[in-house]
Amino acid sequence: MEKCELAIVGGGPAGLAAALKARELGLKEIYLLERDNFLGGQLVKQTHQFFGSHKQFAGIRGIDIAEIFKDKLEDQPEIQALKGAVAQGYYEDDVLGYSYRGKFFKLKPEKTILATGASEKMLSFPNNDLPGIYGAGAVQTLMNQYGIIPGEKILMIGAGNIGLIVAYQLLQAGIEVEAVIEATGIIGGYAVHASKIRRAGIPILTYHTIKEARGDEEVESAVIQKLNENWQPVPGTEQEMEIDTICLAVGLTPKVDLAIQAGCQMAYVAELGGDVPVRDENLQTSNSRVYIAGDSAGIEEATAAILEGELAAASAAGEIFPGNSAIAQERREIKEKLADLRRGPVGEHIRRGLARVRRNQNAGRDRYTRSWKN
Amino acid sequence: MLEETGIPEAGKIEEKLPSRERLEQGPVAVFECFTEIPCDPCYYSCPLEAIAEFQDINDLPELDFEKCTGCGQCITNCPGLAIFVLDYNYSEEEGVVRIPYEYSPLPEEGEIVLALDRGGEVAGEARVERVQYAEKQDRTAVIWLAVPKEQVLIVRNFKRMED
Ligand SMILES: Cc1cc2nc3c(=O)[nH]c(=O)nc-3n(C[C@H](O)[C@H](O)[C@H](O)COP(=O)(O)OP(=O)(O)OC[C@H]3O[C@@H](n4cnc5c(N)ncnc54)[C@H](O)[C@@H]3O)c2cc1C
Ligand code: SF4
Ligand code: SF4
Repeated sequence: MEKCELAIVGGGPAGLAAALKARELGLKEIYLLERDNFLGGQLVKQTHQFFGSHKQFAGIRGIDIAEIFKDKLEDQPEIQALKGAVAQGYYEDDVLGYSYRGKFFKLKPEKTILATGASEKMLSFPNNDLPGIYGAGAVQTLMNQYGIIPGEKILMIGAGNIGLIVAYQLLQAGIEVEAVIEATGIIGGYAVHASKIRRAGIPILTYHTIKEARGDEEVESAVIQKLNENWQPVPGTEQEMEIDTICLAVGLTPKVDLAIQAGCQMAYVAELGGDVPVRDENLQTSNSRVYIAGDSAGIEEATAAILEGELAAASAAGEIFPGNSAIAQERREIKEKLADLRRGPVGEHIRRGLARVRRNQNAGRDRYTRSWKN
Repeated sequence: MLEETGIPEAGKIEEKLPSRERLEQGPVAVFECFTEIPCDPCYYSCPLEAIAEFQDINDLPELDFEKCTGCGQCITNCPGLAIFVLDYNYSEEEGVVRIPYEYSPLPEEGEIVLALDRGGEVAGEARVERVQYAEKQDRTAVIWLAVPKEQVLIVRNFKRMED
């Protein structure tokens, strides 16, 4: 069985940043496992310019950020970046099992960083299994990676950043967006994104939900309905829209299967998107060999994912080279950058969520932790 | 309301505008960025340091209209596509609104298009005066739309006639 200093699961911005930082801080045996046949994670689908800090790629398109990371990685032969490598399980003896090119391998890392990203949430409504109903991630993959349009007339559900951005990308692909509907009374995404599609003539309807999809073989229309302030449907406000595609952008939830297998103590924290591993401020989980970073630690954005990846790497390096003051300094600096990023009103729910997960206020709602680790 | 529709209220827009005097003096940028988000590339993009330094990445951009020459560098650096340059006295009758634009194909110079307001409603016709699309703009074009002067504060988008 192969041994290594550090294994990183997930080749999105968090995992890529972790690998490069770990190398920079002196680690030599680094494995990066990426399930897809390409690196970059969510970045490769993002054709729009990124927000965030100028120093962390803001103003650059997501696709180009992925390229920058890939170029840097190529200069680092010590980083074994395996594409098409799926981490299958984290075992009780801290062995990581993964499949690669049709074979199963075992790896025993001293430290593991989980950066597996997130999964999309689903919405239940009658006929939600008709062909023509997609998650926003699937729509982006089809359009931006494979150049295939998902339909011609679309209803977007959810006015968070993802719903707004994907609606904009659909418009750019020449597809008609009938409306963006949002169940709450407020557009959750950035106002600048909302204004951008609104001035292209796309209505954004708050307090609206989908009542049902209609169609025999595939989606032919959608019935939308107003909600009152208590989120109850208002009778008589149903409206049928002729569309051929429904796109769901109703939120993400962290992908945490491996953390559960690693025996990490979990907590349900709504602000972070669901069940997440409890971790300290250095992103170390209750299994001291395992760190968590990026969307799998809590749904946030790419700048935060990059910084968390770096922080997890610096924390792991700090334990592998104890007493190294340069690494300790690095860790402090990354933490300061993260705090800066999360200081404003947008970061408020993240701050609240992190405070809860660190203090583990929700331990009572840990639905997963097995006893063997504790 | 901005948070409910995506259309900023008149009062909010007013706060972001330069004085009438400055507007009439020549090209000037307006930043229609109203909510605090962790974003700062506009600050770094201005060669004249007309944007106040961000103390916090969540700060709203604050423009010194006296320093701003309306050069337009910042337009394509804003991921929110929230910056426009207004040239009220472009000619006797017309003003120009410079708009960030990311749809293809790009319009032709001289083309007559439908000018749209912040809600996407048709405000009238406009003429494409210039199409800027240099490499350093990173795939965001800047379209100069000539409109009647009184529409300089209204027009923020356009659509092509054949659409
Ligand atoms: C439509 C949209 C627009 C966005 N716009 C912005 C923006 O403007 N600015 C911004 O900052 N952020 C934006 N984001 C968010 C940003 O893309 C994510 O926050 C960021 O990608 C999270 O990084 P990550 O590395 O944690 O996860 P991901 O990018 O999701 O990467 C996780 C990786 O892990 C891999 N993986 C998962 N499980 C396994 C396994 N078992 N074995 C091996 N590999 C595995 C996945 O294949 C994936 O490549 C946007 C997101 C979306 C969906
Ligand atoms: S138009 Fe030019 S001078 Fe004015 S803020 Fe933008 S970059 Fe600066
Ligand atoms: S770059 Fe654009 S969206 Fe970002 S702060 Fe500046 S004006 Fe606002």
